Amino acid sequence: MATTTTTVPSAGPVVGSRSFLSRLRDGDEIARMITFLFAASVVLVTLLLVFELWQGSVLPRHKFGFNFFRTSVWDPIFDQFGALPFIYGTLVTAGVSLLIAVPLGIGAAIFLAELAPARISDTLEFFIDLLAAVPSVIYGLLGVFVVVPLMRVYIQPALKSTLGFLPLFQGPAYGVGFLTAGIVLAIMVIPYIISVSREVLLSVPRDQREAALSLGSTRWESTWKVVVPFARGGIMGSIFLALARALGETMAVTMVIGNNPIVSASLFSPGYSIAAVIANELTEATSNLHYQALIELGLVLFILTFVLNGLARLLIVATSQKGSGMGHA
Amino acid sequence: MNSRLRWRKFVSGFMLTMTGVCAMVSVSVLFFILGYLLYHGGTSISWNFFTKLPAPVGETGGGMANAIVGSGKLLLLATLFGVPIGFFGAIYLAEFGGGPIAFVVRYAADLLNGVPSIVIGIFAYALAVLPFKHFSTLAGGFALGLMMIPITLRSTEEFLRAVPRALREGAMALGASKWKTIVSVIVPAAYRGILTAILLAFARVAGETAPLLFTAFGNRFWSPGLNQPTASLPAMIYNYAISPYDDWHRQAWAAGLVLLGLILVINILARGILSRGISVSRS
Repeated sequence: MATTTTTVPSAGPVVGSRSFLSRLRDGDEIARMITFLFAASVVLVTLLLVFELWQGSVLPRHKFGFNFFRTSVWDPIFDQFGALPFIYGTLVTAGVSLLIAVPLGIGAAIFLAELAPARISDTLEFFIDLLAAVPSVIYGLLGVFVVVPLMRVYIQPALKSTLGFLPLFQGPAYGVGFLTAGIVLAIMVIPYIISVSREVLLSVPRDQREAALSLGSTRWESTWKVVVPFARGGIMGSIFLALARALGETMAVTMVIGNNPIVSASLFSPGYSIAAVIANELTEATSNLHYQALIELGLVLFILTFVLNGLARLLIVATSQKGSGMGHA
Repeated sequence: MNSRLRWRKFVSGFMLTMTGVCAMVSVSVLFFILGYLLYHGGTSISWNFFTKLPAPVGETGGGMANAIVGSGKLLLLATLFGVPIGFFGAIYLAEFGGGPIAFVVRYAADLLNGVPSIVIGIFAYALAVLPFKHFSTLAGGFALGLMMIPITLRSTEEFLRAVPRALREGAMALGASKWKTIVSVIVPAAYRGILTAILLAFARVAGETAPLLFTAFGNRFWSPGLNQPTASLPAMIYNYAISPYDDWHRQAWAAGLVLLGLILVINILARGILSRGISVSRS
C-alpha cells in the first residue's frame, strides 16, 4: 500500500545528509527512538503471546500428542483430555453460520454495490457498520431470550416434521444446540461479509460492467457472470474473514450452544465449542494438565484464525489491486 | 427468442429484487436489536440501576452502579495502556519507519488484531493474573488495552499518511526539524482521524466480555483501587442472562441497553467527527 511516502521527509537533500549529532540536537533522533520503542513493543507483545501459548501447552502436547485432536473424552478428574467434541462443535457451528451468512451477505453486498444509489448504499453501509459494532454479549442476550425459545417452539419442530428423515434434524428440540449457535453466529458475521464484499465489488472497473451490458446481457447477467467473478478473490477473502470471526467467537456461542461435550450428527443436539470451554473452565482448571490443555485449545484457535486472516488479507488486497490496475489501463 | 429474452429479464428482475431483500433483512437486524433492547431494557431501567449495588441473591431490586464504575475504570486503564502504544507506534510507522522493521510491526499488529478475544484473555490471565494469584482491575485493563493497540495503530497510521505532502514540505522548508513538523503540523492536521480511530477502538473494547472473565472476573460489591476483582457491564450481562432469576434477566436487559447505547453513540460520534474533516478512505 504505502511504501513511497515513508521516505518523503528524509528524501530532502538537507535532511538526509545531516549528521547524527545535529539530528540528536533537533530532537529528531530522540523522537525516532521513543516512537520506535512503542512500535517495537507491539512486536514484543505479539511474540510474547505466541510464546505463552506455545510454552503454556507443553504438557498436553507431549502427553497426548495428536490424540488430543482425535479422542473425545474430556475428564478433568482422571486427567484425560481429548478435544474432538470442542473442535467438532466449533467447525459445525461455523459451517452452519457460513451456509446462512454467505448467500445473505453476498446478496446484500451486490445490492449495495451494484443497484442502490450511492446515498442509499452509504446509509445502509452505515447501519451495517453499526451492526458490526454490537458486542457479542448482546447477541448472546438476544440469543438466549429470543432465538432459543423461537427455535424450541417453532423452528426445530417445523424442521423435524419436514426434514426429520435426515440425521441432521433428529432428536429432541432443546432450543440450545449447534443449529442455534450457528444461526446466532450467522447474524454476527453477516456485517463483515457485506462490508468487505461491497468494497471489493465497488473496486471492479466500470468497463467490465459496460462491456457486458453492451453485449446484450441483462443487469443480473452482467453482475453475476462478470462483476462477481472478477471480484471472486476478494469475496472469498471476506468469507475467510467471517469464518475466522465465527471460529473465535466466544460469548454468544457459550450462551446458546448448550455446553455439552459430545459429537453428534444432529444439529439439534446441545454441543460445545473451543472458545466456550475455555471461557467456562480456564479459571476453574483443577490440575496443571487441565489448565494447559485449555491453553492448547487456545493455541489451536490462534493458529486457525491466524491462517484464515492471512489468507483473507492476501485475497482482498490482490483483488482490489487487480481492480485498480485495470481501471488505470 | 422473444420468450427467452422475457425469461432472462424476469430472472434479472427477480434476482436483483432478492439482493434487495437480502440487504433489507441484514439491516433490519440492527433495528430489531435496538427495538427489542429499548422495549425490554427501557421498562427495566430505573434510577436504582445507576445508583445501587446488586441486591443479594434472591432479593429483587438493586442496580449495577459498581459495574458501571468498574467498566469505566477498566476502559480508562485500557485507553491509558493501549492508546499511547498505538499512537506513538503509528507515528514511527508513518514518519520514521520503512523497510523491514515497519513491515514486521504492521504484520504483528494485524496478527494481534485477528487474535480471538478469548485468546487475549488466556494471555492476560497467564501474564497478569496467575503470577499475582488474584483477579484485578489492572489485569482487565491490560487485556482490553492489548485489543486497542492494533486498531489505534493501524488507523492512526493511515490518517497520518493521508496528510498532504505539501504540508510536510512547507514546514520543513521553514526550517522546522522533523519532530517539530510532526508535533505542530502533521498530528494537528490528522487529529480528527486520530480521534476517530481512538473512539472506534474504545467502542470496540467497551463491549468485550471474554477477556474480562479471566482478568477482572466480577464482583458484587464496590472494587476499591485497581488491585481487586471488579464488576463490569458486559460480564454482568453475561452472568445475569444465564442466571435463573427473572429479576436478574430484567437487569441484564437494562445493562444491555446502556452498553449498546454507549457503543452506538460513540460509533456515531466517531463517524460524525470524521465526516466533518477531510475524508480519507479507511480500507
